[in-house]
Amino acid sequence: MIAFQNIKRISVAAIAAITACTVVGCAVPSDTAKDGAVVEVATDGGPPTVRRLTAEQYRQSIADIFGEDITVAGRFEPDVRAEGLIAVGTAQVTVTPSGFEQYNSIGRNIAAQTVSEEHRDRLVQCVPASIGEADDVCAREVLGRIGQLLYRRSLTDRELDTQVAVARAATAELDGFYEGLEFALAGLLVAPEFLFRVETAAPNGRELEAYSKATRLSFFLWNAPPDAELLDAAARGDLDTSDGLTAQVERLMTSPRVTDGVRAFFADMLGFEEFDELAKDSTIYPAFSLKVANDAREQALRTITHHLIDLQGDYRGLFTTRQTFMTRALGAVYRVPVATENGWEPYEFAPDDPRAGIVTQIGFVGLHSHPGRSSATLRGMAVRELLMCQKVPLPPNDVDFSVVQNTDNPVYKTARERLTAHRSEPMCAGCHKITDPIGLALEKFDGLGQFRETENGVAIDTSGELEGKSFRNAVELGEVLSGVSATVSCVVDNVYRYAVGRMLAPSETAWRTQLIADFAENGYNFTYMLRRIALSPAFYRVGEAGEIQHTNMRHPATELTPQENRS
Amino acid sequence: MISSINRRTVLRGMLGGSAITVALPFLDCFLNTNGTALASGAPMPVRFGTWFWGCGMTPFRWTPTTEGRDYEIGDELKAIAPFKDQVSVLSGFGVSLDGKTNIPHISGALGLRTGLAPDSRTSDIPSVDMLIAEQIGKDSRFRSLEMAATGNPRDSYSFRGAGVVNPSEESPIALYQRIFGPEFQDPNAANFTPDPRAMVQKSVLSTVADQRADLMKKVGAADRARLDQYFTSLRQIEQQFALQLEKPPPAEACVVSAAPEESEVGTDIRDARRNHKLMAEILAMALACNQTKVFNVVFSDSASSLRQAGRATTHHQLTHEEQIDEALGYQPEATHFIEESMAAWGEFVGAMSGLREGDGILLDNTLVFAHSDTEYAKTHNVVGIPVMLAGKAGGRVKSGIHVKGNGDPITRIGLTLQQLMGVPVDKWGTKSMITSKSVSEIIA
Repeated sequence: MIAFQNIKRISVAAIAAITACTVVGCAVPSDTAKDGAVVEVATDGGPPTVRRLTAEQYRQSIADIFGEDITVAGRFEPDVRAEGLIAVGTAQVTVTPSGFEQYNSIGRNIAAQTVSEEHRDRLVQCVPASIGEADDVCAREVLGRIGQLLYRRSLTDRELDTQVAVARAATAELDGFYEGLEFALAGLLVAPEFLFRVETAAPNGRELEAYSKATRLSFFLWNAPPDAELLDAAARGDLDTSDGLTAQVERLMTSPRVTDGVRAFFADMLGFEEFDELAKDSTIYPAFSLKVANDAREQALRTITHHLIDLQGDYRGLFTTRQTFMTRALGAVYRVPVATENGWEPYEFAPDDPRAGIVTQIGFVGLHSHPGRSSATLRGMAVRELLMCQKVPLPPNDVDFSVVQNTDNPVYKTARERLTAHRSEPMCAGCHKITDPIGLALEKFDGLGQFRETENGVAIDTSGELEGKSFRNAVELGEVLSGVSATVSCVVDNVYRYAVGRMLAPSETAWRTQLIADFAENGYNFTYMLRRIALSPAFYRVGEAGEIQHTNMRHPATELTPQENRS
Repeated sequence: MISSINRRTVLRGMLGGSAITVALPFLDCFLNTNGTALASGAPMPVRFGTWFWGCGMTPFRWTPTTEGRDYEIGDELKAIAPFKDQVSVLSGFGVSLDGKTNIPHISGALGLRTGLAPDSRTSDIPSVDMLIAEQIGKDSRFRSLEMAATGNPRDSYSFRGAGVVNPSEESPIALYQRIFGPEFQDPNAANFTPDPRAMVQKSVLSTVADQRADLMKKVGAADRARLDQYFTSLRQIEQQFALQLEKPPPAEACVVSAAPEESEVGTDIRDARRNHKLMAEILAMALACNQTKVFNVVFSDSASSLRQAGRATTHHQLTHEEQIDEALGYQPEATHFIEESMAAWGEFVGAMSGLREGDGILLDNTLVFAHSDTEYAKTHNVVGIPVMLAGKAGGRVKSGIHVKGNGDPITRIGLTLQQLMGVPVDKWGTKSMITSKSVSEIIA
């Protein structure tokens, strides 16, 4: 059964007003949000989630709460990707003993810095009556203030009493107020309520309670914990009213920090954690270095946020944009002059340049390659899976690859020739028809992403076809990608899954359709979509308390089978 | 009222502040499940570990041609010749897929480790090393230690269940710091003074653990299981601090060398070989110093990313793409990586043999279970996955023999290992891999 309810929705006019300028510094006039009520599709939501902070979220939390100058020294347990996103994986992972050991040592180190002579004036603020003795009043003030930011909610009296008692007992043991406080802080830093975002339902059981709303919202838009103002708004009940929620969403959306949120989303969707392990053979690709890898990642993210936020561009334009940013290190790979010695400068590829769109950048073609050569198959898979949310089936068990990609093969000189030979095997044909035409369009970029016209002396043919639309080269592939519906539905699905930390629930199908339609109606404006979700009841809706189940939804994306694609 | 209750909670184990007040509860920690105290003069501790390499072997070059003792060593196993008396070869055992898809390079590794062919790239049930750690690892500082010579923390085949993977240490220096850093207590130090900070730390963690009941009320069943694992992990670390308050029993073989230099980490075979050797030496020290009884070493990942500088293809790619040389009858370049892997295995056994312990060597009191993810990687065959055992496990194991499995479920090996390590289990595995038949040939 589908129920409807009236809600206020940010109007198209308001979006138009925003797109006229950059987001930063442009507030939406408050009355425009109250334009005509629209019919909002109701959902039953999913279960509240318990999400482990990602390494980046942990670092951001420490920087926000303790300051940028506090060092986070240590390694984190690897984040895990589930259903295409680390954000979904965070709701499925736990903490292993070695992971806990690391959290503990990182937390101890942060706590020690916090109470150090260098930082205590700023972070401890109060001064104990005696440096060698417990001071419950001062300890309570510090632990309450920092504890609220770490737990992302105010501590209960009982919790605070416990923390103060920890500090007191540790002070007695170690004969020092600051030493005692340090250990109490260290305890907060390994508490499950800090390491996990534990969402809870409101008493009505149908939506998140206010602090959980604040946390979901803040990590969604800023990839950071709620700040004091947002926590206060939650405590006052503002987030439970339309006006109060709108005010906070506007505040977050108009902050420069929304860029951090958008970067975090795309780093997740595009699988950028793979940059951590990216290696290229230094003999084959002498231009590669750790700096090139880091800059390639940064270039992609800068291209994306510039287009989507600064220019308020159409999402689909990411596949065709010629605007990007360069460093000297990248210039060497792209073979373009870069005047800036250290740092970034804007760059625009010429209209006849073989590159346009994020898929032609090193951050894509270099990332989806082997250490010593390009891979049409890996690139085709990445486009299908990351950008179109389509699953490419696994290769058969007993596949014979011997002809496939032996780059020294005397007969088949280019990747296209080798893959064509491989595809003559019927068992291979199905999957490779899905991946290869896309990947072969990118073959003029070698395993690092450097441009080339030939492979083994033979001209590279980059023509192909995707969903009935033909293209001659990588630039035209970008144009085709910007026109297929799967790239649009994929980013909408991913943003929503990222926001709620789970796959879409069955009751959210109509809402998804609505969201895709609204995205289209609003010129595929990405920040529009963020706002739309942040203001929607669906985003805060949760299943009935007591009926909580772990998300195990089927992948809603089209699953491509060889049969379907053989035609 | 409330605060006084909390005070009591917090002060547990803290009041008085002397080690003696907290010593009694930890007495259990120093007893293994058989009740043999770890006091001097008692039998040496027995350790268990795994050693993994990716992409299998070439069956006709690797498998010994003769059975039993003094087996004939093939070309790909030459590196273990000096240790033949210490190493047994178990060939021809297999993973049954029970109708599931053979997930390339995953089904074999996980099927063998967990006794169940997996549905995905992770496992919902614990691997055999964790079942053994549960039995023998509880009284050690580290319940288990994981490390990967590839430098990737995700390269691990050790599962705690429910999809939880034990991440691997990525570099020799990180491994060294974790074990022999400031919190290491030399078992042979003349003086022992319990660190009051360790006691405070233990109490702080105990207070965090006390939040458990409140937290569990807030969350659903699946999340409860995840948080349970978090609290289990917390308890293990709490116990590490508890152990620091006790004078460790002396360990005569424990001699700690200096920290290794910072080294390049990666999949270049030279880096992997160097880092693996350093890790093996650090691990041997850690075992001799009683820091852990269970370990998991990954030399290369299951779809081996090892590569040679200047070559376009990785070991894994070579297994599928390289032509079989007609004169040789095998893939020469891919085979080079198999031989490198076996050379690394030889070095590992060497590192475990290099330390004297009691009347023998460290390896005499250790059992290492080495295996890969496939038999012949080119075809992803999961029947005949190569397995080797090194060490005598304190005299419980007959070493230096070749046993042919004739296609039997590979779970026979996992079952035997558990039984040798004292896990009370009489059958193991799932569906067609369930077995109660141990590999009696290797039991002393």
